[in-house]
Amino acid sequence: MAERVIEMQGISKSFPGVRALDQVDFYLEEGEIHALVGENGAGKSTLIKVMTGMYTADAGEIRVAGERVRPRSVFQMQEAGISTIYQEINLIPHMSVSENIALAREKTGLFGRIDWREARERARSAMARLGLDLDVDQPLNRFSTAVQQMVAIARALSLKARAVVMDEPTSSLNEGEITNLFRLIRDLRDQGVSFVFVSHKLREVFDLCQTVTVLRDGRLVGHYPITELDHFSLVSKMIGRDARGILGRHRDGTDKGERKRFCELNGIRDGRRLQGVSFAIGEGEILGLAGLLGSGRTETLRILFGAEQPEAGEIRLDGVVTRFNYPREAIARHLAFCPEDRKVEGIIPSLSLMDNIAITNLPRLSWRGVVSRAKKLALAEDYIQRLNIRAAGPRQRINTMSGGNQQKAILARWLSTSPRLILLDEPTRGIDVGARAEILDLIRRLAGEGLSVLMVSSEWGELLEVCDRILVYRDGRVLASLVGEEMTEDRIIATIAGEGRHA
Amino acid sequence: MARLSLLFRERTVRTALFLLALLLFAWLMYGEVFLNLLNLRNVLRQTSMIGLIALGMTLVIVGGGIDLSVGAMTALASVTAAYLSRESGWMAIVGTIILGLLLGLLNGVLVAVLRIVPFIATLATMMTFRGSAYLLTDIKSIPVAPGEKAFTQIGRGYLLGAPLPALVFVGALGILYLFSVSTRPGRQIFAIGDNEEAARMMGVNVAWTKILSYAILGLLCGLSGIILTARLGAGQPVGAEGWEMNAIAAVLIGGTLLSGGVGSVVGTFFGVLILGLISNIINLNGEINAFWQRIVTGVLLLGAVFMQWRPERQGREKL
Repeated sequence: MAERVIEMQGISKSFPGVRALDQVDFYLEEGEIHALVGENGAGKSTLIKVMTGMYTADAGEIRVAGERVRPRSVFQMQEAGISTIYQEINLIPHMSVSENIALAREKTGLFGRIDWREARERARSAMARLGLDLDVDQPLNRFSTAVQQMVAIARALSLKARAVVMDEPTSSLNEGEITNLFRLIRDLRDQGVSFVFVSHKLREVFDLCQTVTVLRDGRLVGHYPITELDHFSLVSKMIGRDARGILGRHRDGTDKGERKRFCELNGIRDGRRLQGVSFAIGEGEILGLAGLLGSGRTETLRILFGAEQPEAGEIRLDGVVTRFNYPREAIARHLAFCPEDRKVEGIIPSLSLMDNIAITNLPRLSWRGVVSRAKKLALAEDYIQRLNIRAAGPRQRINTMSGGNQQKAILARWLSTSPRLILLDEPTRGIDVGARAEILDLIRRLAGEGLSVLMVSSEWGELLEVCDRILVYRDGRVLASLVGEEMTEDRIIATIAGEGRHA
Repeated sequence: MARLSLLFRERTVRTALFLLALLLFAWLMYGEVFLNLLNLRNVLRQTSMIGLIALGMTLVIVGGGIDLSVGAMTALASVTAAYLSRESGWMAIVGTIILGLLLGLLNGVLVAVLRIVPFIATLATMMTFRGSAYLLTDIKSIPVAPGEKAFTQIGRGYLLGAPLPALVFVGALGILYLFSVSTRPGRQIFAIGDNEEAARMMGVNVAWTKILSYAILGLLCGLSGIILTARLGAGQPVGAEGWEMNAIAAVLIGGTLLSGGVGSVVGTFFGVLILGLISNIINLNGEINAFWQRIVTGVLLLGAVFMQWRPERQGREKL
């Protein structure tokens, strides 16, 4: 048996009102890539944070390479050889790449002066190890998300880590970058580095990992060699019931023929990314936008919603040329927008679930400027039930809820304005399998009731699953409109890869 | 030197230099009095007390905090220095510096350990410190012990033709510059101000780093209080009133972002000079109503903030 790099036994951790981990065992063997999976709220993040010294467990013991440790700080666990890469890039945006790699462990000389030359060398060699050649003196925020993610990995490796914990490392990377990352992880594994890999994308888990640990509701479901599991059995273990009902369901395929056009875009340019975008959305149509990060999909949604102004081109609603100077004008015309970054542009973290739902509807819920609590409560309860939002109650603070339920709350917020067109930007990012299926289901149901949906997603499988039609973006243009038989992942990839040598 | 040119490329310093140039230009164009060494020396001397505070304030603001108690700390330090001068001059210096350090530590602990919002914590200590200074002295100024001529030289004396307070100020600038750009604790102050959560996950001891920034500021307030007492020959319980706002203004004019993570003590140095020059020009001119001083400062502050925010916003748009 290989040596156990990390061994955790009987780990429990409670927060006020929640038992996040209950007697969980976990071990990581040398030179393996070990997946940690579970729905949101299953306790993965808490377990990781205990493992890396962010949290102190209430009970249980932790051994690193056989030695009993009582982690009190991240620094201490880094010293023990365990480092972490988080889903949201946790680096210092205004600091240079080399400083981000060196921070808190710089070599210092006389009077504590930092040896910048050494730090720079170390950063260069760490980046080179990842096959990246860049100016390490540039501030981090000059680089794309993918590069920043690579910097985070370079930092972890430069700490001479024996074990690297990766929490959803691929959520902001494109296919090519993911392939590179995986190649790198495998190389490092062959050099004896162990990995804990957390991902919602089960394909990646099957692709990369040898062992899986499944958590559910803060308890250990089990450890399994990957060869013992298939897709369905893994999902079933995660959700605790048979998965066959909710996965792989496809559209019923009945196309509703000619639709009445609701919204049209003609030759939209924004002077930066969009190079003339034209398309139309029918009533009750689910239209998907596929493409790489930065191909102009989000910009299209923002212009349509009045959050940004086009430099050229026109927007028509019901055939009438329309111009939205502010989102509020678009809202008045029954458009709704669920933005990409829930935490920044979506939820209002310190308000309750109820208030987060009601916020778009305050005039309707009030009488002479005073909001009726009863009406607000009734509205919230109605949507909590209709969208199956799981919360302690309408008064629960939204930032204490799971990602999937937050997303449903944002959907509820917009649905309560009775929109005719809803713009969804990455509606399932960072959301677990069960909630994802429910949200996709809901989208289909709403479209069936005549709501038009314009949806951006980097998970093409998801677009293929729900959309009536898919537009493929590249470099600020719509290159193809795929319907019916043409809607396959291969066609999307072929269009994006196209004539150019696009990465 | 490459390092030096890099320093002047920094946004914060550039902003301050631009404003400073503008101000000097206006002075030369419209002022009755021309630049001369004597006058500039005076400007430096007059601004050195607020200047010391502003340098420390830069660190606190860069670290994502704020300290409203600096004026009160300085007053309490000033009073303490006067009392301690009855023992000896050295005692007054060392004791007052230690007092400043302790007061700063108290602020740091309130903010970092008890997790009180900096604005509130230091508003409370501001009132407490100021009240203590009143209570100790019955709001009377406390003369420095008559035998301590040497002590008062700290505020009045010269070394190689330069006023001592100005030397202390410039010396502190040099030390804090090196501290903030090339020591581990210095860099960690920037890290926690920029992204506290990330810094914690990267292994930075966030609480300790915050406490350090407040403690340094407290120590500088102690120094400032010593100079105040030495210059006037008496401890001033009502002194340094409102200095917190002047210090914050100097920091912001010097290009430091109130949101933390970005800033420079060199920028603050220029910010302090700008404020000092405004007051100096108005004093020398004699015809301009002295109340203009605050109006001009306010307008400059808006101008500085506006100049910094533009590039920052554009920077965000890049992918």
